[in-house]
Amino acid sequence: MEPRIIIDSIEFNLILKRLAYQLIENHGDFSNSAIIGLQTKGVVLADRLKKELDKILPNANILCGALDITFFRDDFRRGSKPLVANTTKIDFIIENKNIILIDDVFFTGRTVRAGLDAMLAFGRPASVELLVFVNRRYKRHLPVQPTYIGKTVDSVDSEKVKVEWSDEEGKDQVVLYKTEN
Amino acid sequence: METLSVEHLLGIKNLTQADIELIFKTADEFKAVINRPIKKVPSLRDITIANLFFENSTRTKLSFELAERRLSADVINFASGSSSVKKGETLLDTVNNILAMKVDMVVLRHPNPGAQIYLSKKINAKIVNAGDGAHEHPTQALLDAFSIREKYGEVKGKKIVIVGDILHSRVALSNIFCLQKLGAEVMLCGPATLIPKYAHSLGVKIEHDLLKALEWCDVANMLRIQLERQDTKFFPSSREYIMQYGLDLNKLNSLSKEITIMHPGPINRGVEISSEVADSNQSIILNQVENGVAIRMAVMYLLAAKINR
Repeated sequence: MEPRIIIDSIEFNLILKRLAYQLIENHGDFSNSAIIGLQTKGVVLADRLKKELDKILPNANILCGALDITFFRDDFRRGSKPLVANTTKIDFIIENKNIILIDDVFFTGRTVRAGLDAMLAFGRPASVELLVFVNRRYKRHLPVQPTYIGKTVDSVDSEKVKVEWSDEEGKDQVVLYKTEN
Repeated sequence: METLSVEHLLGIKNLTQADIELIFKTADEFKAVINRPIKKVPSLRDITIANLFFENSTRTKLSFELAERRLSADVINFASGSSSVKKGETLLDTVNNILAMKVDMVVLRHPNPGAQIYLSKKINAKIVNAGDGAHEHPTQALLDAFSIREKYGEVKGKKIVIVGDILHSRVALSNIFCLQKLGAEVMLCGPATLIPKYAHSLGVKIEHDLLKALEWCDVANMLRIQLERQDTKFFPSSREYIMQYGLDLNKLNSLSKEITIMHPGPINRGVEISSEVADSNQSIILNQVENGVAIRMAVMYLLAAKINR
């Protein structure tokens, strides 16, 4: 099956803007909030969202970090997930802050579970919310739900949802692939 | 998926350049972990590791144990001095008894060269060589090269001189293999009696004049005289050795450039290295110790990934 575009570039950028405004609605000028992207693609989304937020709130020095969850996975030695970690870069104190964890695709919930664990090494936040660009239904393994959703997609196991970025793949879009198995 | 090409860490000789680079890349992230307020990750929470030390050790044993605990592994310790080895038990029996307690990985230090290689053929657990006689000490070589990479950005093209008792040193042999695999030039320096006869076959330079060697190098790795492994006299007196091969501030200041000083420990202050040099800004001895934990975490993490349940 040919890859199918489920969010095109126009809708993609509308969603980004909407998510930015939703965050501002809840977090005001971000004086006690920070966004943290989960490596690797959540970091790309966090950076793009920060750009959107900076356009709307040019004077609000919004804190943005990157969190790697490799060492906190629950599937170590159980699959073909990469062993080598990416960089974690959180150069601010998260203690008592309102944190928004960010990932591109939300599926089983295991990455977010690992992200919550990994984040605790940096302190105890006041609250944690979850923002995802694509929410895949029907495959949750854990009782975790996103606070902010770009778009909810119904897909089956044999399909793969990929968020593509203009800086990396040349185009902002979300594509649905059929996998081999 | 990037993974090690070996099932055990028996020596640097068995590793590829890609293996070493994978260990370094992983250690970079573990170094960040051990500098956080909470210095622990849960990766090895279902792994049990036995530290079997048939020879004395302070920092290597502590470093391994800390690395294991930082990875959340369960740890058991064994020192031969207080064990049934004294009652005549063989190495294989000792290890098999420990493995019967469901141990997944063994960190082994043993006075006999090749003890780990022998065990790796007999048992099912992953083995990390923590030093075998005067043969190899792979994690020390990895942390030494990692420290050079940290200081200079890369190891390739750097000139490293290893000074002192090369003949009895497992650190020297592992360092030679590791540095050469990473593209560094290696020189050995010491009295002719403490340079092994086979040294030429390792593709290293040999120099008996310390000042010439120091003038050539970017990094000097100063080794301790291993009196416990010496059954005859290899040099006339300690005083003469110190005069010829001891690194003091006068010798260091007489060089035309600034070099980096390393030492695998334990230091005999005033013998191979003076206190002023060991504590100087050019010394990265304590960085080596810190990096040792990160490197050992990386090695055990990457080997644990190969354990099948």
